[in-house]
Amino acid sequence: MPDTFFTASPHWTWWIILYFFVGGIAGGAVMLATLLRVLGKPEDQPIARLGYYLGVAGVAVSGLLLTIDLERPLRFWHMLLQSHTGRPMFKAWAPMSVGAWGLLLFGGFAFLAAAGAAAEEGRLPWPRLRLLAEGTLGRVIGVLASGFGLFIAGYTGVLLAVSNRPIWADSSWLGILFLFSAASTAAAALLLLATRTGHGASAAAAWLARFDRGALVLELLALIAFVVSLGAVGRVLIGFWGVVLLVGVVGLGILTPLLRPEPHVRAARLVLIGGFLLRTVVLLASAPIHAEGSGVTLR
Amino acid sequence: MPEPMGFYTDTTVCIGCKACEVACKEWNQLPAAGGGRRELSGDSYDNTRRLDGTHWRHVKFIEQFSEDRSDGRWLMMSDVCKHCVRAACLEVCPTGAIIRTEFDTVVIQADVCNGCRMCIAACPFGVIDINEASGTAQKCTLCYDRLQAGMVPACAQACPTQSIQFGPIRELKERAQRRVKQLHVLGEPRARLYGADESMLGGLNSFYLIADEPEVYGLPRDPKLPTRNLFKSAMLSTVGAAMVGLLALVSFRKHRMDRHA
Repeated sequence: MPDTFFTASPHWTWWIILYFFVGGIAGGAVMLATLLRVLGKPEDQPIARLGYYLGVAGVAVSGLLLTIDLERPLRFWHMLLQSHTGRPMFKAWAPMSVGAWGLLLFGGFAFLAAAGAAAEEGRLPWPRLRLLAEGTLGRVIGVLASGFGLFIAGYTGVLLAVSNRPIWADSSWLGILFLFSAASTAAAALLLLATRTGHGASAAAAWLARFDRGALVLELLALIAFVVSLGAVGRVLIGFWGVVLLVGVVGLGILTPLLRPEPHVRAARLVLIGGFLLRTVVLLASAPIHAEGSGVTLR
Repeated sequence: MPEPMGFYTDTTVCIGCKACEVACKEWNQLPAAGGGRRELSGDSYDNTRRLDGTHWRHVKFIEQFSEDRSDGRWLMMSDVCKHCVRAACLEVCPTGAIIRTEFDTVVIQADVCNGCRMCIAACPFGVIDINEASGTAQKCTLCYDRLQAGMVPACAQACPTQSIQFGPIRELKERAQRRVKQLHVLGEPRARLYGADESMLGGLNSFYLIADEPEVYGLPRDPKLPTRNLFKSAMLSTVGAAMVGLLALVSFRKHRMDRHA
């Protein structure tokens, strides 16, 4: 029996599944927004701003989800400061510690980028905040937010791998898989948002759909590599969660939008469903596995 | 600084009385499961079933029987936190709640832990779980409070057969090795030590003498540290991030050229 089967489940369920989904979208959306901001044309800017809004909303929801998932939510700050001394708490080799700081920094830069975007649109009473979106400062904020955003998109898979649980610790491919899935779901979410705000026919929206197809191909390849890397442990996926993975994630979430990319809105919705199901399968398929010593064994 | 202290549990003399479970619960004031409602496992005389946030000692009952039950034996093992010299829980804890004490044991500080549950997923032995009463991750402290007062841990003191022995690790290892030799001579060739040497997570400061394969006792054959996956996993993800960036740039350029064409 694999060594990972003798461990206990951390009871990470819906809050964490939702965080992995929302956090990935937030990280990816800020990256896409920055690309539109730095390389795009003036007519691409409304969608760039939407990307920053999506990013900052996503990071706020992420922080909330992570906090309510704690058994002691009021102690959330123990992740950042040593509760006894008040000094910074940071462990470079512990993904959750790095992730807590990453989320804080991503949140900070995503907030600045979104504030700049809102000021640019005249939605804020402080027009001088436009400076956050303009020129070199705007680009630096955008690039930093994108870097931390990509980190947030991928570290969650690394965090699962740096454990001893079945499936998670039996592969090194979860980080890159979640990252590609974050890219595809972020493009899909941004595309839906753009359509809803009347920018569905814009050139930037068409680019998002094209980018999404590329991301889906990468996601499919990473998913295959992930399942193969599980080796004999992969057998635990035979059953309900395997069907969800094959039909829901691969069939509905990846192949259908790849083969039938029109209409964009339908494809984007399927990508979001697939991305959510991917995280659901990865977390819940691992949860019930526990080999116990007690009991009767025939010999 | 005192020398490393720990447990040596000789499972071959365990009679399954569960005095250790009771002593542990009493000393550490751990609440009864399910509010004291009796729940039977239904397939074993063992009704505790596993270690968790309110069961820091658990006597496993392993019944090995032939198909017609004409031949068989009972294996009993008082399971507990292994107090690994290289501890997975301590490695991944993001709050610094998990510490190594002056006795080389591993303790979770209940006033620091915020219940993120990372240590539960990291422990290679499935030892840790949430104690609903405190809302924090908990496990055996090797009676840190008693050790500081020069006392023996409650379970070792309660054990009527000396299956659980407490003392300096160095002494315990010598004793355990003598016992394995004795058992081999007496005709139990399957007797072996689990976690007594440094190859297993730097050594388990709570190690075992067992009389079958580790898996039979619900123990992993080769427990590993979570960070074994860190480098490869982080590298692959970094490559992935670069690929996503590249895909975005290339598709954007291509898209713009198509637009001009």
